[in-house]
Amino acid sequence: MGKIFRAVVLAGLLAWGGHALAIDTEAAFDDPVLQHRYESINRELRCLVCQNQTIADSNATLAQDLRREVREMIAAGKTDDEIRDFMIERYGDFVLYRPRMTAQNFLLWAAPALLLLIAAVVLVRVVRHRAQESDIEPADGPEAGQP
Amino acid sequence: MLKYGIPLVLAVVLGVFLTIGLNRDPRYVPSPLIGKPAPEFTLPSLQDASYPVSSKELLGQPWVLNVWGTWCGGCRQEHDTLLMIARQRTVPIVGLNWKDDNAAAQRWLQQLGNPYAVVAEDREGRTAIDWGVYGAPETFLIGPDGTVLYKHIAPMTMEVWNTEFLPRIEASRAARGSQS
Repeated sequence: MGKIFRAVVLAGLLAWGGHALAIDTEAAFDDPVLQHRYESINRELRCLVCQNQTIADSNATLAQDLRREVREMIAAGKTDDEIRDFMIERYGDFVLYRPRMTAQNFLLWAAPALLLLIAAVVLVRVVRHRAQESDIEPADGPEAGQP
Repeated sequence: MLKYGIPLVLAVVLGVFLTIGLNRDPRYVPSPLIGKPAPEFTLPSLQDASYPVSSKELLGQPWVLNVWGTWCGGCRQEHDTLLMIARQRTVPIVGLNWKDDNAAAQRWLQQLGNPYAVVAEDREGRTAIDWGVYGAPETFLIGPDGTVLYKHIAPMTMEVWNTEFLPRIEASRAARGSQS
């Protein structure tokens, strides 16, 4: 008796929990290609009310509304770039999860390469410096420069 | 000297950047609409669905668009401030009732007072998306030529009104005056 009751409660909770997790599960398009585009665009757009979630992950009303816009634009034959531009015009670059390179954030994009370059220059200079030191003071022996 | 100087300078620069970063509000998303033409809309009036509210009719004067809903706590918070601003009669405040229940919205205005010259009903939230609205209350200032001059994201306060809105309203009127 107790076991059956527990099983029923558990099954009920699981069924209910699954419902809570389901966000936008109904297919928006019959065509699998369009459905794939719809899902991948949604996964790239930020839900601005619930930041750090994409509009595919969120059930906030704004996310629902933005998904509707995406669905309608795909249905109207708009390209992915056109849909992205639509969002950027209204919400700015912050809406994109994969940021574009712009004049304002160029330094951010270039920073890894710049830092690598600086590190390389420093490394070369340090190595040369040490090589010179050991040339001038051979008396120090092989332990030169070691703690 | 150089051995300690360079790391010290780097640490200070990094520290300054981190301090600025920590003090910025991540909830504040700057609007790309500032300085651009305000998105046009024609929506039914909240009180009378047969009466259209059109942004075109507001051209030629500075005006304010306030996005609100009865479901929005911050809107209740700023309501008295909006009433005070409306009493100054500086500019018309146009309400954009965002994804709300019509009856609840009308009751809200009857009970709390109506600061709006007119209220447009955006039941589906499309106009709000055109304006890049993501969290009510949001308040836009639109110039006489129809460009968006400023956007305030948070409940309106008299301080924000006096320091951010009024000077821009006066400047936009002065610019308008010198043209004609």
